[in-house]
Amino acid sequence: MDPLKQMADFQLDVLKEVGNIGAGNAATALAKLLNKQVDMKVPLVRIVSFQDVAESLGGAEEVVVAIFLRVSGEAPGNMFFILSVPSAKKLLGGLAGIRSDDPDAFTDMELSALQEIGNIMVGSYLTSLSDFTRLHLVPTVPSLAIDMSGAVLSFGVMEYGQTGDKALLIDTKFLEGELEVEGHFIFIPDPQSFKKIFTALGVPFDDQ
Amino acid sequence: MTNETYIKIGMADLKAVGGRSGILRTTGLGSCVGLTLHDPQAGVSGMAHIMLPDSEIAREKPFNVAKYADTAVPELIRQMKALGADEGRLVAKMAGGAQMFNFTASEAMRIGQRNVEAVKRMLHRFRIPLVAEDTGEHYGRTIEFHCDTGLLVVRSVQQGVKRL
Repeated sequence: MDPLKQMADFQLDVLKEVGNIGAGNAATALAKLLNKQVDMKVPLVRIVSFQDVAESLGGAEEVVVAIFLRVSGEAPGNMFFILSVPSAKKLLGGLAGIRSDDPDAFTDMELSALQEIGNIMVGSYLTSLSDFTRLHLVPTVPSLAIDMSGAVLSFGVMEYGQTGDKALLIDTKFLEGELEVEGHFIFIPDPQSFKKIFTALGVPFDDQ
Repeated sequence: MTNETYIKIGMADLKAVGGRSGILRTTGLGSCVGLTLHDPQAGVSGMAHIMLPDSEIAREKPFNVAKYADTAVPELIRQMKALGADEGRLVAKMAGGAQMFNFTASEAMRIGQRNVEAVKRMLHRFRIPLVAEDTGEHYGRTIEFHCDTGLLVVRSVQQGVKRL
């Protein structure tokens, strides 16, 4: 049985609140990295089916910049930070000050900067989840791919999420002055991790 | 070119069609495998978007047969036979099974390769020849199968268009 189908509204709210705080910490981390004032709009937090994740990123064929890491420890799962190509370019040019003439391709310098920004974003999100739940969560070294959203995202549910084809999707907008960059956090806890996370948060969770 | 109808195959989905017309399409294959079967004589074609090698790990019940290689292949054959295909005439093409992220790859992370191997095992079991494939590597693919000609068009961001 899919654990998300049985999830009560207040359990969802708890998961959403964790997402909210995580994205907030990521904005703070981004501000520190770039030494600029970075504001964040209230993120939109949703639990969506896997097919809808790709749809909400513009369809399975839409090319995206994806940072992926595997979370091990007490509540394992998979995590992505996703940017559209124009958003990644805006982030690089406007925020990080790395400019290039090609709107579609990325230089090595840009890729390396994106990887580093991605590391910090997912890392700070994971830290707040860990703090909030007091669960020991260990990230693997993140990996970057630029390809069709369906292709990169399917990796997240494959191996580990044998039953978990639902994901926690957090749409955020980071603002620096007039500049607006849209990013998406996607957390896909392994099926057995849901119970651990909720128990750690003091929320009763009946998995059967 | 006539106005061909597109038939979309979702993730962990499979469809069979007869009538020698239409284009079967599935998008954003990463480590998933897109398998097509075709009986040119009967004009029956089918496509499956397979996510995982083996249904033994399925914990949901009943599970989605299209999701796993070991159950999707027999089901696709069954549906095609129901439309008049002959198992002995089927030919297969496949694409996908990429490794999208580079890790110091543990066995578990190489899911794309395991999907490809699992599909090949099933084809071998049913004695269906694999006439063309574009698998592995590190990029995503979208595939379109032309039911009239049996042509498989593979599109990717990095490699452009391949015709199999």
